[in-house]
Amino acid sequence: MITFEQVSIRYADAAAPAVEGVDLTVPEGELCLLVGPSGSGKSTLLGAVSGLVPHFTGGTLHGRVTVGGRDTREHRPRELADLVGTVGQDPLAHFVTDTVEDELAYGMESLGLPADVMRRRVEETLDLLGLADLRDRALTSLSGGQQQRVAIGSVLTVHPRVLVLDEPTSALDPGAAEEVLAVLQRLVHDLGTTVLMAEHRLERVVQYADQVLLLTPGAAPVLGEPAEVMAHSPVHPPVVGLGRLAGWRPLPLSVRDARRKAAGLRERLDGRRPGAAPAPTGAPIATVARLAVRRGPVQALRGVDLVLRPGGITALMGRNGAGKSTLLGSLVGLHTPASGAVTVGGRTPHRTRPAELIREVGLVPQDPRDLLYGESVTAECAAADTDAGAAPGTCRALVERLLPGIADTAHPRDLSEGQRLTLALAVVLTARPPLLLLDEPTRGLDYAAKARLVEILRDLAAEGHAVLLATHDVELAAELAHRTVILAEGEIVADGPTAEVVVSSPAFAPQVAKVLAPGPWLTVHQVAEALSA
Amino acid sequence: MRTARSTRPPTGPRQLHPGAWWLWALGLGAAATRSTNPAILLLLAAVAGYVVAARRGDAPWSRSYGAFLRLGLLVLGIRLVFAVLLGSPIPGTHVLFTLPEVPLPTWAQGVRIGGRVTVEGLLAALYDGLRLATLLVCVGAANALASPARLLRALPGALYETGVAVVVAMTFAPNLVADVRRLRAARRLRGRTDKGVAAVLSVGLPVLEGALERSIALAAAMDTRGFGRTADVPRRLARATAALTLAGLLGICLAAYGLLTAGGAGWAPPVLLLGLAAAFAGLLLGSRRSVRTRYRPDPWALPEWLTAGSGAAVAGLVGYLSTQDPAAFAPTVVPPTVPVLPLAAVLAVLLGLVPAFAAPTPPRRAS
Repeated sequence: MITFEQVSIRYADAAAPAVEGVDLTVPEGELCLLVGPSGSGKSTLLGAVSGLVPHFTGGTLHGRVTVGGRDTREHRPRELADLVGTVGQDPLAHFVTDTVEDELAYGMESLGLPADVMRRRVEETLDLLGLADLRDRALTSLSGGQQQRVAIGSVLTVHPRVLVLDEPTSALDPGAAEEVLAVLQRLVHDLGTTVLMAEHRLERVVQYADQVLLLTPGAAPVLGEPAEVMAHSPVHPPVVGLGRLAGWRPLPLSVRDARRKAAGLRERLDGRRPGAAPAPTGAPIATVARLAVRRGPVQALRGVDLVLRPGGITALMGRNGAGKSTLLGSLVGLHTPASGAVTVGGRTPHRTRPAELIREVGLVPQDPRDLLYGESVTAECAAADTDAGAAPGTCRALVERLLPGIADTAHPRDLSEGQRLTLALAVVLTARPPLLLLDEPTRGLDYAAKARLVEILRDLAAEGHAVLLATHDVELAAELAHRTVILAEGEIVADGPTAEVVVSSPAFAPQVAKVLAPGPWLTVHQVAEALSA
Repeated sequence: MRTARSTRPPTGPRQLHPGAWWLWALGLGAAATRSTNPAILLLLAAVAGYVVAARRGDAPWSRSYGAFLRLGLLVLGIRLVFAVLLGSPIPGTHVLFTLPEVPLPTWAQGVRIGGRVTVEGLLAALYDGLRLATLLVCVGAANALASPARLLRALPGALYETGVAVVVAMTFAPNLVADVRRLRAARRLRGRTDKGVAAVLSVGLPVLEGALERSIALAAAMDTRGFGRTADVPRRLARATAALTLAGLLGICLAAYGLLTAGGAGWAPPVLLLGLAAAFAGLLLGSRRSVRTRYRPDPWALPEWLTAGSGAAVAGLVGYLSTQDPAAFAPTVVPPTVPVLPLAAVLAVLLGLVPAFAAPTPPRRAS
């Protein structure tokens, strides 16, 4: 269905080609997963299939890409629209109209399908994706998972034979991601659609893949069976890590497969317990008492109580719209409480001058770009030193300590996701706030950048910072957090040591916990330590 | 058979054709421009408000009525403040109070700041401002009842791409406001103040960068979804389309000039008709280039006729009555008189209530 013959793509001002020497054939009806670190050319390869590369992005394409027999060099994206459907990371950037039904019809209108066919297909798609109740809703009023399903539906109505997805679940909570992946699996099984997908969160998707294409910068791409590729892949989900550790063959890719093989491992681990980190004590840095916040017509928080102590890392979880960002915003004074109180370092955030508040608490927002206005890394760091009243060079030294090797002259918008997050983190840390808040920090991060972030945050906690992070990433919470708080509809529904909270919850349990349940194990690392002890 | 199935069924709860709502609202607006009688204007605004309350849906744009109402009040307020500060050309004898007058040099003769504020001047400003505010309320009513995006979808194929550009631009503005808000909040996180003009200005560049990135992402998405696919048309047809459209537009411009200047009343209307015909023919020919089809266009049935007709009737009747009884429709302010409300005018304006009963109820979300 999709063939790449000796494809290399180089962008105009790039020193090296974005991808080189790709030979690849994806047969009809397969789900092919692209795996690799940031900057390995996943998005470029996806763009080459939909025709956006090179027609829209520029750059030079050598070799030949054909989709359903059409050469993408000769066909522009709009001429491939009946064959290839493309969905990106942010559904809102994809929508052209304003209601669900119109959005589903938009692609068919562009292709000039007859009215009765459009009518039938919209109804079919509404049922296929479980959107029938939402048909008249405005797109902006939908939740993240619903929006992503509409985005997929809007390209499905033209009956494309190929679906190209660039990180479709990275912005979604675990439940919404399940929804989207269930739909994709149904498409592959029932309609024979060929799916090409890039995704960093392998633990969510690798079990559905028929083939995996592993891209490594500077090395030839490897295509193969998921289990084979995962056996050697530097990036892999925890269940694969556990399988490698225990020496299971063939390597299990899903929790179910792993559980069937795990009886022996569970026996060996019986009676042992992971070394628990001591619960942080000490005077609270921040206290939230019966906090209620309204945002427009929405009651975002209702009576939240929370105490944060130095040295503790707390994960804040819950579905999209549960009030996580509002809670973080209240701690930095972005929202005025309707009732209740917030105290950070003895101050009330929304009544404190920003210049004083940044010495008490720092927030890295969901999109770190919001925090960066500088023309270069140097300018950004200099501005941060001035804002915080720190000695010149403080911020730059922090950047170098957190992630060495970021160029001075680089524009913040040109950095990779991981570098940008580190820069924003350094900017925030320049004022040395004892309380550090992060909103969805692993969105778009590859495994290496995530591992680096885990190290950085552990070090900061060891130095006595209190860290509160809002995240959908259950593996990150399991790896890092001493304590997990789950929010739903603006209320705290669970609050306790991470092991206790996540093991008991099917949605928020990490893979290792699911495989080794009812044991208290959360990460591959803990299991490895227990086995070697 | 085929066409009957392609449109939405004209029974049960449904959205009224957006064109009907806009014609109705423009009718009320046209009626408002014919009068400065505050009683008639307020009645018009009340009629528009009642219909909105009775027939608006629950989509986000339905809430825009309140915004337009506030905008109308703001316009009224500004008009009054200017009348107080800059005086009014209306000669008045009933002095309310006198502001200290700012002496101006001789070259600024004719301009006055401060000075006497008269009842007559204020009344004239109030009536004038009220007329503009009513017009805004009528536009707001149309906006709340049918989003402009839906109206644009009903445009002929040749105008489709222009329509999409306008829709994209319209979603651009709210996104921009949201971006400015978010980035101002982010300024706080950097320890800078988020208040004042400087805070808004300093986020200008990042906001524009973000908007540009979003536009490019949207353009890419639209391209992959087949936006801009065209059918092959013969060269001659393409040229004929261009010539007709251009000639038509020229004709319309000429006619507009003729209508607005003295002495053009004779030749302008026929030129206008010719121009419109040429432009329309150009649009029809141009539609052949477009391969688009339309998903479930709104039908134009009896409720649409009644709604559009009621708007036209209000405009026509009020226009006619205002020539018959100019005193009632433009009450004199020198000397100030109590405006009367002629029964004929009330009946004419109340015709605008027809859609509150004739239009189908919009579908509501079960929740």
